[in-house]
Amino acid sequence: MRILTGNDLKSGAVIWWTGRDWSLHVEEAADVGEHGEAVLAAEDGARRVNGGYIVDAEATPEGPRPAHIKDRIRALGPTVRPDLTLKPADPTAGDWVI
Amino acid sequence: MYQYDKYDQGMVDARVEEFRDQVRRRIAGDINDDQFKPLRLKNGLYLQLHAYMLRVAIPYGTFNSLQMRKLADIARKYDRGYGHFTTRQNIQYNWIKLEEAPDILAELATVEMHAIQTSGESIRNISADQYAGAAADEICDPRPWAELIRQATTFHPEFSYLPRKFKIAVISAAEDRAALRWHDCALRIVRNEAGEEGFEVYAGGGMGRTPFIAYKIRDFLPAQQIFSYLQAILRVWNLHARRDNIHKQRMKILVHELGEEEFRRQVEEEFQTFLALGTDFPQAEYDRIAEYFTPPPFEAGLSDEIDRSDPDFALWVDRQVAEHKAPGYAIANISLKPIGGIAGDISADQMDIVADLAERYSFDEIRATHAQNLVLPHVRKADLYAVWQALDAAELADANLDLITDIIACPGLDYCTLANARSIPLAQKISERFADMERQLDIGELKIKISGCINACGHHHAGQIGILGVDRKGTENYQLLLGGSGAEDTSQAKITGPGFDEAGIVDAVERTVERYRELREPGERFLDTYRRVGLDPFKEAIYG
Repeated sequence: MRILTGNDLKSGAVIWWTGRDWSLHVEEAADVGEHGEAVLAAEDGARRVNGGYIVDAEATPEGPRPAHIKDRIRALGPTVRPDLTLKPADPTAGDWVI
Repeated sequence: MYQYDKYDQGMVDARVEEFRDQVRRRIAGDINDDQFKPLRLKNGLYLQLHAYMLRVAIPYGTFNSLQMRKLADIARKYDRGYGHFTTRQNIQYNWIKLEEAPDILAELATVEMHAIQTSGESIRNISADQYAGAAADEICDPRPWAELIRQATTFHPEFSYLPRKFKIAVISAAEDRAALRWHDCALRIVRNEAGEEGFEVYAGGGMGRTPFIAYKIRDFLPAQQIFSYLQAILRVWNLHARRDNIHKQRMKILVHELGEEEFRRQVEEEFQTFLALGTDFPQAEYDRIAEYFTPPPFEAGLSDEIDRSDPDFALWVDRQVAEHKAPGYAIANISLKPIGGIAGDISADQMDIVADLAERYSFDEIRATHAQNLVLPHVRKADLYAVWQALDAAELADANLDLITDIIACPGLDYCTLANARSIPLAQKISERFADMERQLDIGELKIKISGCINACGHHHAGQIGILGVDRKGTENYQLLLGGSGAEDTSQAKITGPGFDEAGIVDAVERTVERYRELREPGERFLDTYRRVGLDPFKEAIYG
C-alpha cells in the first residue's frame, strides 16, 4: 500500500493522510493508491501539510507499517527516548520500529 | 566575554522581527516552502524528522550563566525539557513549533544570543579552543580574533550567499582541542622569532562525503592582516567554486582540484589586492574587542593543593581537570556522556545547575566543546570538591574525558532527516559494553566518533575508532574506521572492510580494543599502536 506523510506547517509534527484529513497516528493512514501526488499537491497548496511525500507501507492488522525504518521512527518518535514517543506508556512500542 | 553594543542588539532585534514577518507570511500562504526554506535556514531553523529543529549559536563556545538559564527556560517552555550540544559548540532543540520560533529568537536576543548562521551557505559559528583564556599552554586568548572575524563576516554581502557552508576555527595552543585541520579555514596563533603574534593559516579541510585535511598555506601571517587574508581565501573560492554540483561546492574540493600550490598562489595574489584596499581591522578595534576578554580577577597566592582523600573525587580530578594558566585555578570539564546516555543531551534542570556553578565558581563562564561536553574554565582548586559534589548530585560527574565512553555521536536517524542509520543507540551500547571504569582506564585515551550518514556530523573521519552508519537496502549498516585524529596529530581514519549490523559493530569495536591491548607497548595510546602496527592486525581481529 501507499500512504502519505509530511509535517504540520505550524507545529512541524509528523502527520499522516487519513483520506479526509491528517492524523498524528500512522495507524489511521489511508491507502492512496495512485492518487498520492494529486492529494499532496492540493494539501500543500492549502498549507495543511509541509514537505509531504509518498511512503510505501505494509498493511498489517494494526494498521499500515511504513517500509523504511526512517518513516517508522517518524511515526513513533525517537527510539532512544521512549518517553517522547506517541506511546510513552508502552514499553514494547519500539519493537514495531526495529 | 563579548557584550553587545547598541548596534549588535539593534541588528539582532531587527532580525527577529524580520523573521517573525517571514513566518507570518509563510503561515498565511503568502510565500511557499521553496521561498521560505532559505529564510528559515538563515535563522537556524531546520525541519527534522519529528518537528522543526532550532540550532542556537554559541560563538566560539563561550557563554555565561544568564544565557545558560535562558537556554534552560527555552527547553522547558518551547521544547521538551532538554537541549543537545552539537559538534560545533552550539546547542539545538528538537521539538520546536514554527509559530513559536520567532518568540524563541526574541527571548534569545534578550540575553545576546541568536541562531544566525547556524545553517545555510554561510560562514558558520566560528569555533575555538574550549580552554581559551584559561589554558596553560596558549600563547594568548584566541577569542578576540574569533569575535572580530565573526563581526566582520556575519552580514558581509560577499559572504551571504557562499557556494556552501564555510567553517573557521581559531586556536593559540600547541595542543589542538578544536579539530583545527578539519576546517575550511583554520588559524593557529603563533609567535615569530621577533616575538610578534601572527597566524599559521590552513585551508581546504573538511569532513563529509569527501574528507580532506587542511593544508598549511601560510607559516606566518602578521596578525593585523588576517581579514585581508581571509577575504582572499573566500574570494578565490567564491570565484571558482563548483556551484553546478552540490557535492563539489565545498572549498576543500577546489583546493584539491587546483592543487595546494596554485590555490596558495591565487590567494596570495588576491591578498595583495585586499592589503592595498586597507580593509584590515584597525588596532583600536582589536583593542576594543580584546578588552571584553580581559582575564578575570584571579586571586593571587592560592594553593595548588587538592585534597584527594575522596577516591571518587580523585578519579574525577584525574580525568576531568586540566591545567590552568593561573596558579591555584583549574579547568573543570563536565561530561555529557553518562554510561548509556545520549551524547550532548542535557536537561533544563542540569543546565540551571551548571549555570549556578559557573556563576558561583567560574567567573560566570561556561564553554561548550566540539566533543559535546561542557567546561567551567576558571575554578579555584579549593572549590573543585564542592563543584564535583554538585555535579555528582546532578548526574554530571562522569569521569570519562577522552576515554572510550566519551563518544561523539550525531543525532542520527533518531532525529535527523539526512541520516541513514541511528548513531545514539550505538553509542549507548558501546558505552554500556565498556562501562567498567577500571577497564576504561586500562584502555586509556580512545576517541570513538559516530556519524549516522556520510555528512559526518559525528566526525567519524577523525575518530581513533570511527563508525559510519549507512543504509543497506533499507536496513542500518555500520562501517568501522580506524586511525583518525582531530588533534594536533591530525589523520584520516581508514575503513577496515565490510560493514556490520548494530550488534556486530559493537562486537567489532570490542575485538579492536582487545587486539590493541595485546599489541600495545608501554605508554602507547590506541592511536600510537595503530600507527606502529598498521591496519592488518586489527582487520585480522575484526574479521577473523
